[in-house]
Amino acid sequence: MSREAVINAVVVAGLVLVPLWAVWADEPFTITLATRAVVLALAAVGLNLALGLGGLVSLGHAVFFGIGGYAMGVLASHAQSYTPLMEWPVLIEGTKSMPIIWLVSIVASALVALVIGSVSLRTSGVYFIMITLAFGQMFFFFTISWAAYGGEDGLSIYVRNGFPGLNTLVPIQFYGLCLVVLLVVLVFCSALARSPFGLALNAARQAPERVQAVGLDPFRLRLVAFVISGAITGLAGALFADLARFVSPTMFSWQLSGEIMVFIIIGGVARLFGPVVGAVLFVMLEHWLGGLSDYWHVFLGLLLLGIVLFAKGGLIGVLAGKARAHD
Amino acid sequence: MSLLTVRGLEARYGASQALFGVDLEIDEGEVLALMGRNGMGKSTTVKCLCRMMVSSGDLRFAGQDLHGLRAHQAGRLGIGLVPEGRRCFADLTVLENLVAAARPGHWDAERVGALFPRLTERQGQIARSLSGGEQQMLAIGRALMTNPRLLVLDEATEGLAPIVRQEIWAALTKLKAETGMAMLIIDKSLSEISAVADRAVILERGKSVWTGEPEGISGEIAERYLGV
Repeated sequence: MSREAVINAVVVAGLVLVPLWAVWADEPFTITLATRAVVLALAAVGLNLALGLGGLVSLGHAVFFGIGGYAMGVLASHAQSYTPLMEWPVLIEGTKSMPIIWLVSIVASALVALVIGSVSLRTSGVYFIMITLAFGQMFFFFTISWAAYGGEDGLSIYVRNGFPGLNTLVPIQFYGLCLVVLLVVLVFCSALARSPFGLALNAARQAPERVQAVGLDPFRLRLVAFVISGAITGLAGALFADLARFVSPTMFSWQLSGEIMVFIIIGGVARLFGPVVGAVLFVMLEHWLGGLSDYWHVFLGLLLLGIVLFAKGGLIGVLAGKARAHD
Repeated sequence: MSLLTVRGLEARYGASQALFGVDLEIDEGEVLALMGRNGMGKSTTVKCLCRMMVSSGDLRFAGQDLHGLRAHQAGRLGIGLVPEGRRCFADLTVLENLVAAARPGHWDAERVGALFPRLTERQGQIARSLSGGEQQMLAIGRALMTNPRLLVLDEATEGLAPIVRQEIWAALTKLKAETGMAMLIIDKSLSEISAVADRAVILERGKSVWTGEPEGISGEIAERYLGV
């Protein structure tokens, strides 16, 4: 068992045990914090697929997070107001069912990722970053002006959506659901990285011209990775909206795209559990340092600076040494 | 019908013309040596075949016009390139390099391992940590994993130790004898390439100036065009 595998196992154990301790100690807020960390980690795991494996520095991943969030918000708001989403040509009602909302979030995010990726992946480097950022801002300002769903004020959902067999209003049950989703996605990403597709994507990041020489199209590989990445981040958006029971245009903000990227850099780019470690640390700092000062981002900035300068493999890289994405 | 037909191939690097009319043909199962001194257009010809640069002239593979195709489409059509300078996927293991390139067909990791036993021994090793010779074997193995109809080797033995060169030439000879794979080999070693190639084409200043069996390369031709 490699050192990184041991670290990953410790992280999973922590994600299981800490909330259980919180139940025992009657600390429901700790469970909420853990849920926030797990959901943000899921968003970062999505981006890590594009960034770590595909080398795609997307500064617009909040688009997919926001689409997932708004998919939940729109469907749930129609369900709670008993008004159909549309009546013609087909009747579409709202829903409070998480599985349906997740499916809609994944499909909607994937479709938008397909469109954004088809345009932005024709560029590279700083142009790719700028185009993804531009798409993010387009969605941000669109939702600000989308008065039907709250506009700038956002949209509140009064009761958390339901999942068969669970009472999602009980914090530990909702947390458990989010954790299972995260773990399933991590297993999927691990398998994907080891698959011929994942290896070819990794190869395309290293040397696109050599990949072409063996008959593979780097554009297509990256587009598929971008779509899967967007779908995962969209699913995270739906869960985040359910956690907060609120969606707003800030879910599309470029600052959020930057934060998701920061999670990955802190934890370790291309490391399977890098985004998880980064998101957990971010939420802990946000909670502890945020209680001490409104300017807690200064400390986060210092941490980020230290990692970028002295530990390019992120925290997992420091602890586990040099390794590869799917170790 | 020839597997590869090249007639009057011309190519430019910006304003500078590099190829002025290259002619060559390769039949199924044939091994052609493309020879010439440095800078005469051998690698440029390969880049044109593999659609890594724009060219004009007649360029057909298995009857299909290669113009208008992109590099990966040429690869899919059956042109397997072993590029100059080895160029493996440095951060992937030996086995991952092979799996990443794999397409259905005769060649799989096991068969590549039988051709180059060293790769089987090192299948879990990161490519960048291999010796130059092992990287070259991996580059050939990776191209074979695409199950090509034509294997193009650009300076496959350049800069390698004599014993490793022998190993690679032996593998290419075996490949020809056992599978009848068509090959286009660029190499400067007249003696080694003559043992494998059925025919040779010599390029001089971007143009094919001599075609024939390698045994027909006289001392005068070798001195004039190959600098030997």
